[in-house]
Amino acid sequence: MSEKMKENILESSVNPMVGLPHAEISKHKEHDGTEVAALSSKLAEMPEYEMVHKGTGACAGCPSPMGLRIVGKVLGPNSVVVMTPSCTVASTGMMPKSCFKIPVLNCAFASAAATATGITGAYDALIEKGAISGPKPTVFTWIGDGGTYDIGFQGLSAAAERNDDFIFFCYNNEAYGNTGMQRSGATPRHAITTTTPGGKTENKKNLPILMLEHQCAYVATASVSYPQDLFRKVAKAKDIKGFRYIEVHSPCGPGWKIPWSETIDMGKRAVKTGAWALWEAENGNLTINAPTLQIAQGKVKPASLEEYIELQGRFNLVTRSPDKDKIIADMKDGIEKDLKRLLMRL
Amino acid sequence: MNTNEKKEILQPVSMPVEGVAGFTSAWRSQWPKLDSEKCNGCLLCWIFCPETLISREDRSIDLRYCKGCAVCARECPVNAIEMIREGEE
Ligand SMILES: Cc1ncc(C[n+]2csc(CCOP(=O)(O)OP(=O)(O)O)c2C)c(N)n1
Ligand code: SF4
Ligand code: SF4
Ligand code: SF4
Ligand SMILES: [Mg+2]
Repeated sequence: MSEKMKENILESSVNPMVGLPHAEISKHKEHDGTEVAALSSKLAEMPEYEMVHKGTGACAGCPSPMGLRIVGKVLGPNSVVVMTPSCTVASTGMMPKSCFKIPVLNCAFASAAATATGITGAYDALIEKGAISGPKPTVFTWIGDGGTYDIGFQGLSAAAERNDDFIFFCYNNEAYGNTGMQRSGATPRHAITTTTPGGKTENKKNLPILMLEHQCAYVATASVSYPQDLFRKVAKAKDIKGFRYIEVHSPCGPGWKIPWSETIDMGKRAVKTGAWALWEAENGNLTINAPTLQIAQGKVKPASLEEYIELQGRFNLVTRSPDKDKIIADMKDGIEKDLKRLLMRL
Repeated sequence: MNTNEKKEILQPVSMPVEGVAGFTSAWRSQWPKLDSEKCNGCLLCWIFCPETLISREDRSIDLRYCKGCAVCARECPVNAIEMIREGEE
């Protein structure tokens, strides 16, 4: 195979990234003057560091360690993570073993943001007193949608308003996974969960937009299916001081009733249908990322929503409904309206 | 970060190790077989494997922990990874 051909295949196979910026993360300086090498989001050049050990307790094909691997590559070993009860915590391993190479603080459900505020504040104080030296560890959270949209929301909102210096990551599998898939504020309408056996009758809330309206330092939506985009966003967030929110869309086999192998494919479909929008905002200034912008502006035809729905067992009641066409048309309408509203924010 | 004073770590605390859930290969019913001839080195399997089992250098797979999710095979653009039923070659 010629070098050129290899390159072409490489470009097309990294298709999820087409249109999204590559490796533009420059060298920067830490607060104490240490220079940090430039990061590249090219797969071959991403940092070697792996934050998660092999052999976690997560389900096969779980999106959570996939996302954490990318986050870890950017944030590196000098970081501390806060978690709340979730699939990620349940898959960490039994005491005294942990699959994570950095300190993990598993705190009470409602208090992720407050805990992270405490940790980052404590580091600031220790640095000021000279009790610790070197670059300040990056404090971040890795919280499910249940712990973000519902139970942890007031703490999250308060930390954003105070502009506390940490990154709040939400990995959104659109239900309470660890307890067997109950509906959350992030569960989309019509999805079957154990608490919505007839399909959820309410719409999901648009939490990323709520976070955008906090006008905090950085807010971004991402997806496990677009690792280079996620990498770039984490790298951007790392360089910003203050409150940062990144939500990682995380399709999940047991929750979405899809085969394990489909985690990544379903995440791509979510973006390509417009059901999940990719964007980022610095201090409230919005940029819509390429795949979503193209769909929103009508430059690219969205992928089939019918297929996206039919492939997920959690939407079986839609798939089998005599009103299927109407329900899907309504869903499409909802997506179009959401994208229009997003465009109006530009 | 360097702490200037060494402090004793208070228990209970968990330490990082490989294989917290044991050899998770026991969970699977199929295993991924790589055809190095077909592989174009795009590294998608490497980045997507949730368990970090695929080598970035040569795409060799650490089957001891592979749960057989088949994400690697599904995402490989040139079908260089084939899923084989457990117990078969
Ligand atoms: C205050 C409190 N309520 C309920 C629970 C039970 N619980 C443990 S994990 C979990 C689900 C968490 O869902 P989410 O935050 O979306 O994370 P996921 O499991 O989906 O990764 C629940 C309800 C708890 N541990 N504490
Ligand atoms: S239920 Fe979903 S999020 Fe939870 S461990 Fe399984 S795959 Fe991961
Ligand atoms: S089947 Fe799944 S766990 Fe096994 S190597 Fe492939 S992606 Fe990794
Ligand atoms: S995804 Fe396929 S082509 Fe790409 S590196 Fe892996 S085995 Fe090779
Ligand atoms: Mg969840």
